[in-house]
Amino acid sequence: MDQILQGLREATNLHEIVTKRELVPQINLFEFSAKETAAKTKPGQFVILRIDENGERIPLTIAGANVEKGTITVVCHEVGKSTKQLGTLKKGDYILDLLGPLGKPAEIEKFGTVLCVGGGVMTAPLHFQAKAFHEAAHKVIGVIGARTESHLIFEDEMRNVCDELYVATDDGTKGYKGLDFLKELLKKTKTDRVIVMGPVVTMKVVSELTRSHGIPTIVNLIPIMVDGMGMCGACRVTVGGKTLFACVDGPDFDGHLVDFEELMSRLKMFTPQEKLAFVLQEERGGNL
Amino acid sequence: MSKPKPEIKKEVVPMPKQDPEERTRNFNEVAQGYTVEQVVAEAERCLQCVKAPCVQGCPVEVDIPAFIQLIKEKRFAEAIRKVKEKNSLPAICGRVCPQEEQCQASCTMGKIGDPVSIGRLERFVSDWERERGLQITEKPDTTGKRVAIVGAGPAGLTVAANLAKLGHGVMVFEALHKPGGVLIYGIPEFRLPKKIVEAEAEYIKKLGVTMKMNALIGRLYTIGELLDRFDAAFIGTGAGLPRFMRIPGENLCGVYSANEFLIRVNLMKAYDFPRCDTPIFVGEKVAVIGGGNTAMDSTRCALRLGAKEVKIVYRRSRAEMPTRAEEVENAEEEGVVLEFLTNPRRFIGNERGWVKAMECIRMRLGEPDASGRRRPVPIEGSEFTMDVDTVIIAIGRTPNPIIQQTTKGLQVTKWGTIVTDENGKTSIQGVYAGGDIVTGQATVISAMGAGKKAAKAIHEYLMSKK
Ligand SMILES: Cc1cc2nc3c(=O)[nH]c(=O)nc-3n(C[C@H](O)[C@H](O)[C@H](O)COP(=O)(O)OP(=O)(O)OC[C@H]3O[C@@H](n4cnc5c(N)ncnc54)[C@H](O)[C@@H]3O)c2cc1C
Ligand SMILES: Cc1cc2nc3c(=O)[nH]c(=O)nc-3n(C[C@H](O)[C@H](O)[C@H](O)COP(=O)(O)OP(=O)(O)OC[C@H]3O[C@@H](n4cnc5c(N)ncnc54)[C@H](O)[C@@H]3O)c2cc1C
Ligand code: SF4
Ligand code: FES
Repeated sequence: MDQILQGLREATNLHEIVTKRELVPQINLFEFSAKETAAKTKPGQFVILRIDENGERIPLTIAGANVEKGTITVVCHEVGKSTKQLGTLKKGDYILDLLGPLGKPAEIEKFGTVLCVGGGVMTAPLHFQAKAFHEAAHKVIGVIGARTESHLIFEDEMRNVCDELYVATDDGTKGYKGLDFLKELLKKTKTDRVIVMGPVVTMKVVSELTRSHGIPTIVNLIPIMVDGMGMCGACRVTVGGKTLFACVDGPDFDGHLVDFEELMSRLKMFTPQEKLAFVLQEERGGNL
Repeated sequence: MSKPKPEIKKEVVPMPKQDPEERTRNFNEVAQGYTVEQVVAEAERCLQCVKAPCVQGCPVEVDIPAFIQLIKEKRFAEAIRKVKEKNSLPAICGRVCPQEEQCQASCTMGKIGDPVSIGRLERFVSDWERERGLQITEKPDTTGKRVAIVGAGPAGLTVAANLAKLGHGVMVFEALHKPGGVLIYGIPEFRLPKKIVEAEAEYIKKLGVTMKMNALIGRLYTIGELLDRFDAAFIGTGAGLPRFMRIPGENLCGVYSANEFLIRVNLMKAYDFPRCDTPIFVGEKVAVIGGGNTAMDSTRCALRLGAKEVKIVYRRSRAEMPTRAEEVENAEEEGVVLEFLTNPRRFIGNERGWVKAMECIRMRLGEPDASGRRRPVPIEGSEFTMDVDTVIIAIGRTPNPIIQQTTKGLQVTKWGTIVTDENGKTSIQGVYAGGDIVTGQATVISAMGAGKKAAKAIHEYLMSKK
């Protein structure tokens, strides 16, 4: 039976969920079997999933890869129809498609002291990078944030790979309130490079702060994508006055050159349709 | 006494089509195909010319008079076999080839009336066969050689089928989740039903070809890594990189590349939203920039998705449109408005970042350019604005660049196309290429023609290798 399943899986390229863990409500960690992808994955890259035949293409940043086990890890925040549907899947379930790794890997060179700032769900893939910096013998300063204490993820994991770790919440329930403390931190610590992964506003605010210090700042852009391989242009972003495709030219870009306003506006392009899909799904009691 | 010859009909037998009113409300195929009576009546118009100018116009040299003769005699099974001797994807070619520029352009009947509708005849016999189930006849001995094909468009699929028939082990690596290339992600359902493309892909699988979807070569494996596991490789990655106009306002919401629009609608079935998850937004006033097949397909999809007013904005005139004539006619019947000699200058947004208007300028035709077509020149002072809430940019596609960027030693032109000899051989031993990735955007049949030649060259290469 196992053999038949194995054969079927290979023939149809199905990907099994080998681990599922709820980190905090609405944020789940998934480990998918994806042997070939795992072998090629580097921090900073992403995958595109499709749950079933009618599914849309869901881009998710890779938060870890296990070459021996042949698995990759992603952490997904339920924000709409497709991510919610993914949240209903259990260990042992399969998804139809998994494409990746996509995008250019993050640059993990000898930079010196690296400040890694992660917001919300993107703290998980940030950890994958912070870990690589740590293993490459950089000094890593971590900053992780969430709306409120109960939404914080990957704190212990980050602590393990950071020389210093700061925590911030929007409402001040844990650590610093907001990101204002970064001003002081940047003044007192010599920082050679800043990596920011998280909501667009976080990337924008941090880039503004580092600009005056002249610290190279890399932001991880996640615009709306369709194919993820350079064929549609949905993911186009303006960087230094030039139009680039985040899926193939990025997803990492120089934060001091990105047009964040345009990115925020483009992320809302399909809001009415997304809401409709979400409401219909809720009416069906979340069953699809 | 010999029987008097029946008079040759000058007019083509019309194609049964869905009524324009009706069809702009669905995505079903517009042209419904000939009946047996109609197909025989159309075949009767063929003069069986000895020199067969039509065959010379066909890029893969189908024996046109021979298969038409078999249709006349209602020997459809033999007719399709005759077509398939030269063309392995006839159900597709019968629907999307620009016959009026190829076989039908030189048809003798065209001098005294309408040319014989060769494409429709080809379509009939291939549909006739598919409805009865595609049969595999030959099962060759395996050669033990393995070939990797990158890209499952018409070029890659042709190479795959031809090499499998010769007994080679073939694995196709395709980045998207379905095979077919432009046939599945670009050309809409109402022009080429996806079940036809799927049937052709199934047939190729039955020949023994393994299809590996979701495999982006360049990232998952490089060409060099494929050559470690395979005896040869073929690159058929097509021209899928959308060109933009590089004018202000192009990144406003509501501005799509034709590829984004068509991928959402066709590959991801956004026309069936919310049953299918991928969303699409189409406003009331749509402008499609460009004059080719891609522009025409975008226009007609927009109409079907409920747009009230759809305009083609093209900087040249009707005569220069690089489109199948039949599709322009179909689009006009459906109510598409053609704005010739017009070009956008900038897109104007509202306070929420959505496109609301487009500043255009009128053009006139000047001296012929490198393509031999008269170059459009702006008429200064003729600027005007056009209200729009959706813009689709269909001004062309350039080669997909990932393979070229990640393959050491692969010779590439300044346009990003891969350099090959006339048989598809690239600068790397054992690596061949063909289709749009070599020629730049072209046609289905030219991609297939290139695939056929490359398959022959790969076969010779494999058999000469120890
Ligand atoms: C390269 C890339 C990497 C990503 N990595 C992760 C990740 O690691 N973990 C994770 O939880 N999410 C990630 N995302 C975002 C995730 O893909 C979207 O949240 C998801 O596709 C939304 O689908 P949905 O149907 O659930 O929600 P929808 O109904 O489509 O959208 C709901 C809300 O989410 C917003 N949204 C839609 N698409 C995106 C997007 N691309 N980015 C940000 N917000 C979006 C919409 O504005 C809307 O408000 C990534 C996106 C990209 C492009
Ligand atoms: C909207 C539209 C309408 C058209 N209408 C017509 C028509 O009516 N008649 C006609 O003759 N021609 C038409 N054409 C042109 C025709 O479709 C193309 O010339 C033809 O498909 C080219 O075939 P190909 O095999 O070279 O490439 P494609 O069909 O482009 O296929 C290339 C495949 O390679 C895959 N790929 C790309 N990069 C990679 C990679 N790195 N790894 C793995 N896979 C990869 C792509 O996903 C794709 O599936 C049309 C084109 C478009 C866009
Ligand atoms: S040129 Fe026209 S009439 Fe002559 S054989 Fe070909 S299809 Fe028939
Ligand atoms: S997602 Fe289509 S080009 Fe980037």
